[in-house]
Amino acid sequence: MNHVKFDETLVIRNVEGENSSDILKHMAANLYQKGFVKESYADAVIAREKKFATGLPTKGCGVAIPHTDIEHVNQSAISVGILKEPVDFGIMGEETEKTPVKLIFMLAMHDSHSQLKMLQSLMGIFQDEEILLYLANEESEVKIKEEVSKRLNLNNVKGGE
Amino acid sequence: MSEVKKGKKTVLVACGTGIATSTVVSDAIEKMAKDNKIQIEIVQCKVTEVPAYESRASLLVTTTIVSKEYPFPIINARAFLTGIGLDKLKEQILAELKK
Repeated sequence: MNHVKFDETLVIRNVEGENSSDILKHMAANLYQKGFVKESYADAVIAREKKFATGLPTKGCGVAIPHTDIEHVNQSAISVGILKEPVDFGIMGEETEKTPVKLIFMLAMHDSHSQLKMLQSLMGIFQDEEILLYLANEESEVKIKEEVSKRLNLNNVKGGE
Repeated sequence: MSEVKKGKKTVLVACGTGIATSTVVSDAIEKMAKDNKIQIEIVQCKVTEVPAYESRASLLVTTTIVSKEYPFPIINARAFLTGIGLDKLKEQILAELKK
C-alpha cells in the first residue's frame, strides 16, 4: 500500500544545471511525466529547497534529499540523480553554508511518518562512503537501480533473484 | 495542572516538512531514551508548528534552521543523517534528557 516506486527510469545520470533549482526542475519533470507527482511538485520542491536546504556534506561525495509536502505527490517514489558536475546546495540546518552535491535522492512522499525503514536505510547509504562513490561513478542505470533497491529494500520487480 | 511537566519531558523533533528527516531523528531519540530508561514524549512536527508546543516542550531537536527564539535548548540533528559527529550529538541530547 505504502509502496515506494523506483526503477531505472527514475535513475538519471549526467544531470546538468547551473544551480540547484535547475537540477530539481529536471528531476521533478521526470517524476511528473511518469505521473508520480502533481504539476505543482516542481515549484514546491524548489521553493522548499530554498527555505529548508537539504544538502548533506557526507563522506565521499555530497548528497541532497529534496522533498516537499505530501499534497504535491500522487504516488510515493524516489528518484536518483547523478550530476555531471557537482552543484552547490545549501546545507541542511545552516543559514548560508553550501556544499557541493553529486548525488540527489529526490523523495516524493505521499504519506507522512510511514517510510521510517526506507528513510533509515537511505541514511545508511549516506554514511557509507564506498556505496556513495559507487553510485556516483557507475555508468549503468540498471546497476544503480539494483544497488539502491537492495539497500532500501524496495522490491519493485516480481520474481527477482 | 499539567501532567506532562513532571518527570516526563516533551521533546520536539522538527524538520521542514515534518515527514522525512524528522521521522528518522524521532526514532533515533526514542531508542536512546528507551536504552537509557528515560521516559519522554516525542512530538514530531514541521518547524513552523513548533510555536504551538512552546509551553510544554523542554527541548527542540531539528534538522533545519530555527529563526525564532525559544525558552528551551535547540540541538541540530544533522549527524543522525550523515553519521559525522554522531557520538557527540547523542551525548548532547542525552545530557538534556537527563536534566
